[in-house]
Amino acid sequence: MKRIYSDEIIEKVKNTIIEINYKIPCEVKKYIKSAYEKEKEKYSKKYLKIILENIEIAERNKIPICQDTGLPVLFVEIGMDIKIEKGKYRNLDEIINMGIKEGSKNGYLRNSIVSPIERINTKTNTPAVIHYILNEGDKLKITIIAKGFGSENKSLIKMLNPNEGKKGIENFLIETVKKAGSLPCPPLFIGIGIGGSFEKSAILSKYALTKIGDETSEYRDWEIELINKINRLKIGPSGFGGNITVLDLKIETYPTHIAGLPVAINICCWAHRIGSFEI
Amino acid sequence: MKKIFFPIKDEKDLEKLKIGDEVSIYGKIFTARDAAHKKLIEIIKNKHSLPFEIKNALIYYAGPSPTPIGKVVGSIGPTTSERMDKFTIPLLKIGLKGTMGKGERGIKIIKACKKYKAIYLITFGGCGAYLNQFVKKIKLVCFEELGPEAIYELEVSGFPAIVGIDVNGNNFFYKRRV
Repeated sequence: MKRIYSDEIIEKVKNTIIEINYKIPCEVKKYIKSAYEKEKEKYSKKYLKIILENIEIAERNKIPICQDTGLPVLFVEIGMDIKIEKGKYRNLDEIINMGIKEGSKNGYLRNSIVSPIERINTKTNTPAVIHYILNEGDKLKITIIAKGFGSENKSLIKMLNPNEGKKGIENFLIETVKKAGSLPCPPLFIGIGIGGSFEKSAILSKYALTKIGDETSEYRDWEIELINKINRLKIGPSGFGGNITVLDLKIETYPTHIAGLPVAINICCWAHRIGSFEI
Repeated sequence: MKKIFFPIKDEKDLEKLKIGDEVSIYGKIFTARDAAHKKLIEIIKNKHSLPFEIKNALIYYAGPSPTPIGKVVGSIGPTTSERMDKFTIPLLKIGLKGTMGKGERGIKIIKACKKYKAIYLITFGGCGAYLNQFVKKIKLVCFEELGPEAIYELEVSGFPAIVGIDVNGNNFFYKRRV
């Protein structure tokens, strides 16, 4: 049994939530650079240039890339051979939220979390949305996404009929991206969750966003086909027109019921802020 | 690059701006987003006076991140303008001359810009660190309890934007679509 202490988890969550808000992952930057080189449309090219400049300034001046420092969404992979020494905390949720709270304060992140109906700000950027995955082994791996909500607002879920298949999924995807238009800060990253139940497909779509840049998935050919179809919509960066509306798209699947085909489309802006650590 | 000053002194200043024009903004502008708009509309309904001079003003749809020690302001990019569509017309009616945010707006706002001779400016989504450079001062105006959604007065110098809707009701986004 490997022991992992709450203080170490808090420290690492804190540092990660700050770092991802100041510094975009290299793969994300690579996609944007390549889009800038390829894009011909005048305004769109200018926007991509400003995005690249923005990324440099954020990193250099230690200031959030975007003022919407996101809703923290975490995937926590727990090896079965670890024991978490919780110290004064009740559970892992509390430990993780403490890390988010401290990181938000120390990193000058915006407090964007409110009660849903009364809209009262919690002033800590917590509670985060936490998904737990139980794994084999003796590692704790935490992946954090600072999820911007302009793009989250444009995400959709639909229960398709079982026989609608790939064509039905494609139509739903195209419809969703068209409807979102310029609003979610394109060029986008898209996660698609297919199968499972209503909520499982939604979680899969978010999980798919953790796989951005991974070109080895079993659905890669279909993913590329979908990227090309979306780019033919000519929405372009910021909705200014041009050839690049989506930078990458990932699919995750899970077996489902004979009566249905749940499909969730999670839209993410170009500022895909994600990072992970392992203990 | 055309320069615009806010609050505007003469309506003619806006007439020369056409969709797609790149502009740099100088002067004083106000931030407001969803929760602040809801409050402003309540104040207008109750016939009370607004906590700032809206005549000839520009409202920037933004909620900045906190100001780090030694800096003027935090990250300060635009939020999605379309969510403010339902609150905008009552403000245009009482003299608001410009709005700024990101993304397309509904047909009602396009028509209202023509009717009230106002403009809509698009600035760069997700680029709050870049836009930070053009803000020289920030001052809380009201609704402090809303935290990042409070109304702030910003002193800006050369703040960049693109004309999205002009005073003749032309829409930049329609022209871009194939």
